[in-house]
Order: sequence, then structure tokens, then C-alpha cells
Amino acid sequence: MLLEKKQNNRKNIISLIAVALFLVVVLILDQVILPTNKMSMLLTVLQKGSVYALAAVSMNLLNGFTGLFSLGHAGFMLLGAYTYAIFTIPNAVRDTVYMYYDAAIRFSLPEVLRNSMGSLGTVLGVIIAVLLAGLVAAFFAWLIGLPVLKLKSDYLAIATLGFAEIIRAVFQWGKLGPVTNGSNLLKSFERISTFKLTVGATTIKLSTFVPVLIAVVCIALIVLLVNSTYGRAFKSIRDDEVAAEAMGINLAKHKMISFVTSSFFAGVSGATMAMVLGIAQANNFKSNMTYEILLMVVLGGIGSISGSVIGSVLFVAASEWWLRGLDSGVFLGINAPGIFRNGFRLVVFSVIIMIVVLFFRKGIMGDRELPEQLGKLWKKIRGLFAKKVKSEEVADHE
Amino acid sequence: MSDRKNVLSVENATMQFGGVVAVNNLTMEINEGEIVALIGPNGAGKTTAFNVITGVYAPTNGRVWFNGEKIVENHPHGKMKKMYKGECADYYHETIEPTPDKITARGMARTFQNIRLWKSQTVFDNVLIAKHMRRSSNLFTATFRLNKKEELKQREEVLELLKIVGLEDVKDELATSLPYGKQRRLEIARALATEPTLLLLDEPAAGMNPQETLELTAFIGEIRDKFNMTILLIEHHMDLVMDISDRIYVLDFGTLIAHGTPAEIQSNQRVIDAYLGVAEDAED
Amino acid sequence: MELLQSILPYLISGISVGGQYALIAIGYTMVYGILRLINFAHGDVFMVAGLVMVYLAGSMPLYFAIPLMIIITVALGFIIERVAYKPLRTAPRMSVMISAIGVSYLIQNLALYITGGLNKNYPAIPWISDRITVFGMETSRVTIITPFLTVILVVALVLLINHTKIGMAMRAVSKDFETAQLMGIKINNVISMTFIIGTFLAAIGSMLFFTNFIGVVPTSGAMPGLKAFVAAVFGGIGSIPGAVIGAFIIGICESIIKGLDTVLMVNGSITEQVGFATFSDAFTFALLIIVLVFKPTGLFGEKTTDKV
Repeated sequence: MLLEKKQNNRKNIISLIAVALFLVVVLILDQVILPTNKMSMLLTVLQKGSVYALAAVSMNLLNGFTGLFSLGHAGFMLLGAYTYAIFTIPNAVRDTVYMYYDAAIRFSLPEVLRNSMGSLGTVLGVIIAVLLAGLVAAFFAWLIGLPVLKLKSDYLAIATLGFAEIIRAVFQWGKLGPVTNGSNLLKSFERISTFKLTVGATTIKLSTFVPVLIAVVCIALIVLLVNSTYGRAFKSIRDDEVAAEAMGINLAKHKMISFVTSSFFAGVSGATMAMVLGIAQANNFKSNMTYEILLMVVLGGIGSISGSVIGSVLFVAASEWWLRGLDSGVFLGINAPGIFRNGFRLVVFSVIIMIVVLFFRKGIMGDRELPEQLGKLWKKIRGLFAKKVKSEEVADHE
Repeated sequence: MSDRKNVLSVENATMQFGGVVAVNNLTMEINEGEIVALIGPNGAGKTTAFNVITGVYAPTNGRVWFNGEKIVENHPHGKMKKMYKGECADYYHETIEPTPDKITARGMARTFQNIRLWKSQTVFDNVLIAKHMRRSSNLFTATFRLNKKEELKQREEVLELLKIVGLEDVKDELATSLPYGKQRRLEIARALATEPTLLLLDEPAAGMNPQETLELTAFIGEIRDKFNMTILLIEHHMDLVMDISDRIYVLDFGTLIAHGTPAEIQSNQRVIDAYLGVAEDAED
Repeated sequence: MELLQSILPYLISGISVGGQYALIAIGYTMVYGILRLINFAHGDVFMVAGLVMVYLAGSMPLYFAIPLMIIITVALGFIIERVAYKPLRTAPRMSVMISAIGVSYLIQNLALYITGGLNKNYPAIPWISDRITVFGMETSRVTIITPFLTVILVVALVLLINHTKIGMAMRAVSKDFETAQLMGIKINNVISMTFIIGTFLAAIGSMLFFTNFIGVVPTSGAMPGLKAFVAAVFGGIGSIPGAVIGAFIIGICESIIKGLDTVLMVNGSITEQVGFATFSDAFTFALLIIVLVFKPTGLFGEKTTDKV
């Protein structure tokens, strides 16, 4: 027992160091890579990858860990994106954004806090807006969860899908225009390209660091939750609902916790998406977005958090970067504009996904996690190279 | 019956599905420290009775008391009012239908006829999850690991339980990789982890060979003594039932046809008739 | 009278749209009845039927194009089942549903690639797209024909299911998949037949639907598909008459909501636009959630109890 604890502590420290290193690397990349550089695609992938990684992990919490098949993710992301956008549009430009309406909400959190606290206020304002985005999504999840969480598998899927469509319609309704800007897009709010820190004469750009940091923190929270006693209860509901209930786990309560938490993080990812793209428009949050996120989860492996992260980053990298050539005439040196034209990338992509769905049903990671797999690999490598170390390892185990 | 404290009392429980009466006017009592068996031919309504007691089904009519508290009550109402075929229709007037977890929280735990372990979880985690209900942590403290003490205590308790049921050596294996007999033991361990005062076992010896059945019989006795447990079990292995039970209830076609000590049941003509060949089996 | 006059066009077009939804909904309800699968790709097959028609009509006379379009659509439905669903017969239901979503994604992207995302004009089919005047309002003939054609097709289908051997097999399979298999019913043939019938009706439906629309885009199938599915749930999934009635109700409600602003303004109840039309889609889903919560088995569905 004690030994186990010690090993766990070591693992935790290694993970923490790895994450910290990653964040430092991102921060450095943010400074070194100029927007004109070819490698700037890497930054785009990191930015959008964070958005989708968080979205995929939060969906996985629900679909993969609790076994609730919900397809309402786009709706919760929409709520998050709009909440964030509405509360961060500077007052000076609010009237140009709400061209056809008389804007009802007239304060911007970053602006208000900047006036009282200086540049730190901007950061704080953005953080509060992001949290608010999550809370709004969570609140709506609670509302809709009360009636629909009783439904079984595919009925739940279709009901949540319907809910997302309703939200989308409501946000485009002209009568709500003063708040949502109707069917017009929201823009000019705080976005990543303006995120920077000025220390003396040097300016540190944070445009990639911020979305990555948000994703890292949120995913870390989800990991903590999944490995807690609540996470274990979720898994028991996924494996066998009847047994879980018979063992004293309150189904309604735990399903609601999972649904609301998942939606909170979906809302945060929606807010992050808004700050990355610089615009928010209800029409972008169609059910296709939910499907894409679901496919990322499947690609990475349902029930694996690291799988979802890998799946979504691969998805974004492939569609934004590596497979670009498929759309623009030249791919891997083959010049065939007749075939490699607009849309071919997505076709190739969907075929790959279908292959995964049909033949590699477990996805990249199955239900395993990357750190433990790496740990096993590391032990194997050590075992191969040094027999002495190996014998120690055995002793270590006993 | 005896001067011991009453643990479970089922009054006039009737369970009707559509037009089919699965359990008809069942009344039974279990006292502290007893092992009581519920037997009957296939389809007699034994598991349905279990499901009524544990809250999986709300009975159509009847009442269940547990440790002196009314936990389940219902009377034919709504659509059922006209369709009701059972007796005692106007005895009860309240509707108390708790979900199974609420009943488990009061100290009643069960196993399942067709083993229902959590497939993707290890032996250890299967038992640990059953401890979830007895936590004092909330979502926040659990996520941020502020419940370390409790978590450690629960883990030690689980380890202790696994030692008692003899599954300590396989604690890190997947529950479904265990042989059948051990899976049954694990289910019992999982039920015990919820800290019950009454344990309901649904055919614990199903699919076991005579040797395993013998071991299980001893095991159930051990549990009763060690945990001061009251046990209600459904079983078809008559040697086990006759060996271990203090009292036996016999169901046939949903109706209670006999009740008494093992010796009384063995000589009961109605029971022999209901079982036909099976009753002879019980005598050897 | 004035109110009736103003509501009539919406009512008639609602009945027509309802008929088109009904033809799609049958595909959903039959597949769900047998495989317990929401065939998310069904709406996209419906869109493909429209696109195929666009391309075929450009290169051959209509009397070749229409049958060929139907054959291609049916073949597509058959292939989808064999390639994407059959290998997952023993897999958890969630995997099959994900596969269906994957197929839907693939078809839409393929259509996007082929059309370049452009709106394709649907060919005018003589006679049915002619303009005619009924009750003093001008509309195309297809609007009037649709409900009748739908009812004829549904009656034919119900006869097929109740009075033929394959129909009996279908009923058996939808009652109990495994037992039917044990009784020697060739399950794969029955499932294929279900997909063939479903896609055939969707192909007919697409002809009626797109004639009244400006054109076909890759996402044209998604919304009608979802609504048809809602209709199937509303009517009680697995029940064909239920799906048809559900489809007509949804079609009519949706159409009236679209025109509610105009109607209420004629009526004098409101003086300015409220924007009800925004909710014509949302209404369907609100209805869905209400039905699922209060009567999950729909209007005509059968109740099932889970066994422990």
C-alpha cells in the first residue's frame, strides 16, 4: 500500500513536469514563430486543437465514462461562445456590432476590470467571462437534464440533439436581437491575437498560450474528476446501470453531475473557440459540429482522455495542415488539380474515419491512457538494455 | 415466531405485470441473524419478489417494512385499478416507491441471478465503487483530493473484505476474467461493501459444482457469523437450502404455498407436489 | 373566413410537406423497428437521390432518369447497410449509431466534393411541377399530389407487410431478432429488404420534395431527415401508420408556424412581425422532447419493460 502510494506520487510529479514543460514550449513557440512563417500552422493547430481537445474530452466524460450518449454538445458550445462574446465586446464598438439592434447588455467584463485594475484586469475579465460561459452552459444542461436524462441511449441522443437545434433557433430569433444580435455574427470582442503581457519594454505574446492553458487546466480537472470516487461511480453506471443503482449509486444525481460538468466544459470550449476564431455565430454550431467532435472521440478511443486529446489534435492537424494539399492541387508532390480540389480533404478524412469506426473500433488508445502506456514502454526499454535494472525492478514490485 | 428483532417484513405484496400476476399476496418476515430461503419452481416469482423488496419494481399492492421503517408501499391505482386481479386491494393508501439506491442506503444489499459485475473494472474497483455510497466527500472535495483520509480508509476496508472472501490475490484482475465461482463471491463482497444489515442473495450457487456449493454453504454461514448478518436467499440447490436455512418460504405460481423449518418443508405434501421430482432430490 | 383564407395555403403546403416527411420517416421507423438503430445516414441518402436526379436529368430523358435515379438510390441504401452496419451486428448499439453518423459525414463530404458546394437546380418534371389553381390559390401540382401518393404507397406497404412472406418475416424480426433467426428466417435478407423499401420511398419522397425547392445542396438532407425521424418517434417508433400520422402533424404544424406572422397580422392579433418562422425547426424538436418525456413510446408505440 505504502509503496503504491510512493509510486503514484512519482507518477504525478512526472506528469506535472511534463505538462509544465509543454506549456513552456508553447509559450516559446508563441514568441518565435511569426505569423508569416510557414510553421505558423503549428500555432493554429495548437489553438484550434486546444478548443477541440477540450470539447472532445468533455464529451468523452459523458459518452465514454458515464455511458450517456448525448449529441447536444454544439448547443452547449454555442451557449459558451455567445456568453463569452457578449460579455467581452468593448463598449466603444458595441453599437457597430449590434448594427440592427439596440444592444441590451452594455458592459464588457475585461473593460470594467481594466479600468479599475489595469492590464491585469483584462486577464481577470477574460477569465471571469470564460467561467461565466461554462456556468451558463451548465445551467442550461441542468434545465434540460431534468426531463431528458431519464431517457435511454438513442432516445437521449436524439433529445439532446433536438435541444441543441432549439438553442440555435432561439439565438437567431430577431426578438432576442438586443442580446444575441439575431442571426448576425458577434465580433470585435476580446480575442487571442490581442492577448499579450507587457513587462517593461518587452511584450510577451500569449495568443497560443492562453487557449492551450485553458484546455490543459480544464482537462486536468476532468482527469482528477474521472479518477475520483465520482469518476468510478460514473464508470459503474456505464458498465451496468442496474447494478450501480443496486449498490447505492443514485442514478439521477450522478447522471446529472456528469451531464452538467460535461456541459460546463463544453461551454468553456465554446468560449475558447470564440476567442480563437474572433467571431461567434449561431449558424456555425450545427449538429455537424457535434458529429465531428464525436468522431474525434471515436478516433482517439471512447473512454480514454489522452485518446480524445490525440484524436482531436490529429483531426485538427490533418484538416488544417497536413491534408491541405488535397484541397489545393498538389499533395505529396503529385500534381493533380482535377482530383485534388476543394473538398477532397474531407472525403479522404471521412473515409479514414469510417475505416476506424468499422475496423479499429477501439480507436487509437482504446480505453487506456497515454501515461501508463508510456510507463510500460519505458519499463520494457529499461528491461531490454540493463539486466541489472530489471532485477531491481522485480524487487521493486514485491 | 421468535423473540429476535424483526428485520424485514413483507405484507400482502402483489406484483402484476399487465394481466399477469407474478407475485400474489406474499407475506413474509425475517428476523435478525436468520438465514431464510425463498424457494420454488422456475417462474414462481422469487426474483420478482426480490425486485419488489429492493425497489427495482414498485409492487402493485402491498407494503414492505425494513428495520421498523416503512420503505415501500403501494395500492392499485390509475390504470391498474380496474385491471387488478390480486387480493387486499383496499388495505393500503400510500404510494412509497424509492429507487433501489435509497433502499441500499438503508442497509439492504443484493446480488444478481445473472451476475452483474462492472465489466471494465478490476476486482478491487468493483468493491471500492460499492463504497461510494458511504462517502462523506462531495464533488469538490473528491475532485481536489481533499478526501484522502476517507479514500485510504475505504481502500483498506476493501482490501480487508477481499481477504475475507479470498479474492485478495486477484484484486488487480478484471472482474470478468475470474472463474464463475469467484465472480459470485466477488458479487457478495461487493454487496457487503455497502455495509448492509440484510443481504439478499439471488441463486448464489447457480452453475456451481457440488464441491463449490459446499464451500459456498460454509461461506454464507461464515458471513452471517462474522458480520452478524441477516440473509435472505433464493436457491435451487436443495442441499444448500436445507443445510443452511433457519426457515424456508415456498412460492409456486406467485403464491406462498408453505413456510416453516427445513424439516417441516421437506415433509410438506404441497411442496412435494409443486416440485415433483425435485423434492426427492432434496432428501438425499 | 378571412382567417381561413389566409391559413389555407400554409395548411395545404403543410399537408404536402407532411407527405414527403412521411415517405422518409418510414425508412427510419422500419430500420429502427428491426435494428434498433437511428439510421442517421437516411436523410443524406434522400439528398443523394436529389443530386443523382440533377445529374441524370442533365444527360438523359426523364423517363430514363427517374427509374435510374430510384435504382441508384436503392443500391446506395443496400450498400450502406452491407458495408457500414452489417459488420457491427454484434457490436454495442452505440458503435452502430456512430457508424451511421460516420456514413452521414462521408456522404455529405462526398457530395460537397462532387458539387463543389454549389446549389444544383432540380430539374422540372413535367406535369407534376406545373402550376395549378386550387381554392383560389396558385400552387404546383406536386403539392396536391403528394398526400395522395403518400397514402397510396403507405397502404401498399402495409399490405406488403401484412400479407406477404417477407412482410411476415419483417414483423417477426422486429418482435424478436434472435428468436426469428433461430426460426430460420434469413435475417440479412430481411434487413436488406427493409433498407431497400426505406430508400425506395425516400427516393420518391426526394422527387416530390425537391420539385418544390430551388435546388439541392449537400446539407439538404440533414434537416428533413431529422424531422422525419422526429415524426417516426412522435408516431411511436416501429409503427408505420404512426410515422405517417406523425409526419403529417409535423408538416402541418411547421408550415403553419412559418406563416403564423402573416396569418396573425391579417387577423389583427399582432401588428408587427414576431419572427415565429425562426422556430419552425425548433418547434419540431420541442415536440420531440415533450413526446419523449411524457410518452416515450409515441402515439402508437408498444410499451416494453426492461428485465432485471
